[in-house]
Amino acid sequence: MNQHVTAELADQVRIQPTGPDDVVRLVGLKRRFGATAALDGVSLTVRKGEILGLIGRSGAGKSTLIRCLNGLERSDSGEVFIEGREISRLNERELRPLRRRIGMVFQHFNLLSAKTVEDNVALPLKIEGRPRAERMARAAELLQLVGLSEKAKAYPASLSGGQKQRVGIARALAASPALLLSDEATSALDPETTRSILALLKDINSRLGLTILLITHEMEVIRSIADRVAVIDAGRIVEEGAVWQVFSNPKSTITSSLLGGIRPQLPPEIASQLAAGAGSETILRIDVAGEAARRPLLSELGASVPGPFRLVHGGIDHVQQQPVGTLFVALPGSDAAHLAAAIAFLKDRDARVEVLGHVADPV
Amino acid sequence: MSPILFELLLRSIWETILMTGASGLVSLVFGLPLGLALVATDRGGIAENLWVNRILGAIINGFRSVPFIILLVALIPVTRLIVGTSIGTWAAIVPLSIAATPYYARIAEVSLREVDLGLIEAARAMGGNRWTIIREVLVPEALPGIVAGFTVTLVTLVGASAMAGAIGAGGLGDLAIRYGYQRFETSVMVAVVVVLIVLVCGIQWIGDRLVARLDHRA
Repeated sequence: MNQHVTAELADQVRIQPTGPDDVVRLVGLKRRFGATAALDGVSLTVRKGEILGLIGRSGAGKSTLIRCLNGLERSDSGEVFIEGREISRLNERELRPLRRRIGMVFQHFNLLSAKTVEDNVALPLKIEGRPRAERMARAAELLQLVGLSEKAKAYPASLSGGQKQRVGIARALAASPALLLSDEATSALDPETTRSILALLKDINSRLGLTILLITHEMEVIRSIADRVAVIDAGRIVEEGAVWQVFSNPKSTITSSLLGGIRPQLPPEIASQLAAGAGSETILRIDVAGEAARRPLLSELGASVPGPFRLVHGGIDHVQQQPVGTLFVALPGSDAAHLAAAIAFLKDRDARVEVLGHVADPV
Repeated sequence: MSPILFELLLRSIWETILMTGASGLVSLVFGLPLGLALVATDRGGIAENLWVNRILGAIINGFRSVPFIILLVALIPVTRLIVGTSIGTWAAIVPLSIAATPYYARIAEVSLREVDLGLIEAARAMGGNRWTIIREVLVPEALPGIVAGFTVTLVTLVGASAMAGAIGAGGLGDLAIRYGYQRFETSVMVAVVVVLIVLVCGIQWIGDRLVARLDHRA
């Protein structure tokens, strides 16, 4: 079976009947720009009330995908269901009421410089034709929610990046949308501000039950607030699942490489000494997650398989309240039976074990 | 300066203000929508229509490439049709307006084109239509440039109105040529230059103040 057919099948398997809980359902979405396929058959579901993180490198198709959801971008083929309604063939006029059901937050905020903060926040309601008193009341309410009540009369230019994005979020919520799209909302912000904006999004998600689809190129963002993650590469969803599961057991190389920055990696000075043959020590990589990571794994290993082993590098992280650990352990390279017993023991305890190689001298 | 000359100077000032103001107003009323049309119909615009864009652009370039003094004479039949006469201050307002409108349309176009496309996308994402985008995004965001460009247009019109003396429109330029230059009335020449400097500085000052009040970008 060639790869193309496999991918087609994978798409079909992922297609589920539209449930009442699906806010977004994409089926085989395709979009080409000249010779490059920005979206090459994307199928994806966003469930009501969840935060789905869509991650990929620059040019992977993230922005095109998110813009297909509110018709800012057109797909060549495939279907886009928003709250059960197929929207990909609607014209601009028909799309407008739909867009009011979808709030959008942008990387560069896109606030109107000529309007005050409150007028920016109230703009979606002005577009809907609501009376001024109602607009201002709603703007005040939302500015309170994002903690910027005292800036209502200020102009965006006088705000910091984090404050601008808070205004952007308040504006996106103004028309009480069913879905919030976040297009790299924290990519232009410093780490501390990023954390506060992510906390705000999470807070909105849990307090208002608002469904959020966020796109990012930073795993840290996914790890902080997403419930599920979908990894996109070259216009295809290459991996999808609960964040902690994808973090503990990434299936694709793209996911592993995107995780590289925030998961423990074998230090380069050790990695460079690894050889395939024999050596004085063997280096193992042990991945544990969930229940397996809550057990006293290393002490059990010492008790059940007598012999020396030492921890070289690693750590246990908590993602979505689930422990996710990666440990690099060195065992004596001379004793093959001991090594086999240790591996068998670890696998029996639901750990994933990989023999990375051997080092000549202890490191 | 004799009282008669002084009265002539006052009348000329009024004629210049009238010509500049009236043709400026016309250029604003027609030039701004024309500038909007140029931006909207261009590639990637909110009402993309390349044919309309090209035709509009060609017409504007055509008018802008004709020297004003030629336009003044060439438009005499049109002027006669609109005003009823081809001589006088009101008659000069027709060619001045027709010259200033495409000029201002180009200036407004530049300001409108500088509006961040992300803002237009944001308005579309909120469910805004073209009219909303023009009213809430394009014009307000470009307003400082639109006003600054209008100031430039008015100052240019003060200069162009001097040529309108050629069709008996009066004004400061006409006064300076006929009395200051041809009759060696140096005091008239000096007075006209001083008044023009004050007029241009005044227009520029008001324009700059207005822009400063409107500009919230920094």
